[in-house]
Amino acid sequence: MKISIADVSKRFGAFAALDRVNLEVRSGELLALLGPSGSGKTTLLRIIAGLDWPDEGQVLFDGEDALARSAGERHVGLVFQHYALFRHMTVFENIAFGLRVRPRRARPSEAEIRARVQKLLGLVQLGWLADRYPNQLSGGQRQRIALARALAIGPRLLLLDEPFGALDAKVRKELRRWLRDLHSEMHVTSIFVTHDQEEAMEVADRVVVMDKGRIEQVGMPQQVYEQPRTPFVHEFIGESIMLPVVVLNNTVHFEGRPIGVDAQGAPDGVATLFARPFNMTILRDAASDSLHGEVRGIHGIGPARRIDVALGGTQTVIEIDAPRSHNCAIGQLLYLRPAQYQLFPSEF
Amino acid sequence: MCSVQVTAPMKINPKAPGISASLPAPIPAQLSTQAAAAPRHRVDAREDAPWVRFIVVAVAVAFMGLFVVLPLACVMTEAFAKGVAAYFAALTDPDTLAAITLTLLAAAISVVANVVFGVIAAWAIAKFDFSGKNLLIALIELPFSVSPVIAGLVFVLLFGLQGYFGGWLLAHHVKIIFALPAIALATIFVTFPFVVRELVPLMQEQGTEEEEAALSLGASGLTTFFRVTLPNIKWALLYGVLLCNARAMGEFGAVSVVSGHIRGQTLTMPLQVETLYDGYQITAAFAVASLLAQLAIVSLIVKVVLEARLERD
Repeated sequence: MKISIADVSKRFGAFAALDRVNLEVRSGELLALLGPSGSGKTTLLRIIAGLDWPDEGQVLFDGEDALARSAGERHVGLVFQHYALFRHMTVFENIAFGLRVRPRRARPSEAEIRARVQKLLGLVQLGWLADRYPNQLSGGQRQRIALARALAIGPRLLLLDEPFGALDAKVRKELRRWLRDLHSEMHVTSIFVTHDQEEAMEVADRVVVMDKGRIEQVGMPQQVYEQPRTPFVHEFIGESIMLPVVVLNNTVHFEGRPIGVDAQGAPDGVATLFARPFNMTILRDAASDSLHGEVRGIHGIGPARRIDVALGGTQTVIEIDAPRSHNCAIGQLLYLRPAQYQLFPSEF
Repeated sequence: MCSVQVTAPMKINPKAPGISASLPAPIPAQLSTQAAAAPRHRVDAREDAPWVRFIVVAVAVAFMGLFVVLPLACVMTEAFAKGVAAYFAALTDPDTLAAITLTLLAAAISVVANVVFGVIAAWAIAKFDFSGKNLLIALIELPFSVSPVIAGLVFVLLFGLQGYFGGWLLAHHVKIIFALPAIALATIFVTFPFVVRELVPLMQEQGTEEEEAALSLGASGLTTFFRVTLPNIKWALLYGVLLCNARAMGEFGAVSVVSGHIRGQTLTMPLQVETLYDGYQITAAFAVASLLAQLAIVSLIVKVVLEARLERD
């Protein structure tokens, strides 16, 4: 199912949870809403689910107005961070709930319900837990049951609110791979909310980065990581080196000296240079038009090492990644130039 | 129960109980240096001397005996002082039967009213944010801090002959004061915090996610309430009902003010006890009192069972 969200705004008192959000969700894709807490991602999910209503704007499911329908009428499967399983019902009854509450005419027979639930239990690989109660299950098992319950109604859309947020690291990794596989099997349009960039990058077809009630960027994980459109996205996703620079005649100056990189068409004025720690090249020879600084610390194991460099007169310390083969010592002077970087003019 | 868990880690060598017995004495070497400073025997900070323990327990037991067991025993012996026949004769007296009926009726009305009001109010407090919420919470506790006599007087002031609505009620032949409606109202007033107080913390803790899940699965509001909300709060609700019922049947002050003390008509059991006692019908008074005492014991047992259930949930 295709979802169109147009100019959706939602305020809680003076706080703008969503500020004219526009988004198209493609049929069958797995989309991640990624952002820090308070960015509006959960509010957006709740609006799509029908648990909250926007102050303005439109939500269309395949061109149909979804806002005219209640949560129950939208046929949306919902999975919560804290599972929200019915604590007084067995696993079996939890999954069967969506079928049992249907109006009599649309309700499947007891045998059909039984078969459907068994099939779903098989799908989430927890068939032997049918008679247990939620509090007898581990977090990972609970979340899989919650997913089976959401799938029982044959949802047109699956919404997951921080589905792995309450699980420990190992289970989380397992479960997100499992979700990825399940989605590629079923192809039901799915949206999940997360504040964990690694999770969004690993699981989603496309990532929506949100901040302060606005969408900052929509794109494939690779794209969002490699070509961040705004300073926020660059800073929020992956590690960033940020340098306050000045652009003059298409050259970039740091602390009053050119550093030998092109301004990429940025207008003259104050700007911020963003680069990834592994995109800093260590120059072999001293060069006056480069960044230079003293090595303050070297740490890390594995193929790359992390080096702390205190730049020039301002004592700005940046962390760069250098190959293990590169020999350097604390106190040594390094000459650096970003191989890949982005310039964002400062807003003031 | 607790002691089993505490002693379990001490099972270092189950074959030699003597060792485990000497275990509580920690590191003798260190002890000897302390013993030089401390006079005579060692003092374990976690354990009081036997005579202290004995006195504390004895005081508690004596107090319970004096203030709970003795009066209860007294009620029962007085009730049966003139034999079993007299006891049952007193209980089957028409006026007493009327008092029992009235008490059950008033308690039933107030339980139903408080369940409905309690669930609605607890729902509102626990699951919504609205202005005036704190005031509502404070007001719900009011009956606990107001003297029941004043609660009764309020209703007299409202519905009595000289009250605000007295004239209108008289003109329309509606009898509230000195009749069942006022008794029920006064009972509801003094008991209404019980159910709400049990439900609010539980419902706050449970949140609204299960209800939201149910709604998104296609359940209607009513279905969600009966299949999800109610089962989640049923033990707490029953607990509140029990406390409410016990108080409703035992209420004296508020009911006394609005009852009018008409024998066989507006006397509840506690009022009947007073009336009989004042009329020197001591055995009959204690017979009715013994019913109230038995009710209290049953309530206590049910309360313990419910608390165990609540603990398990």
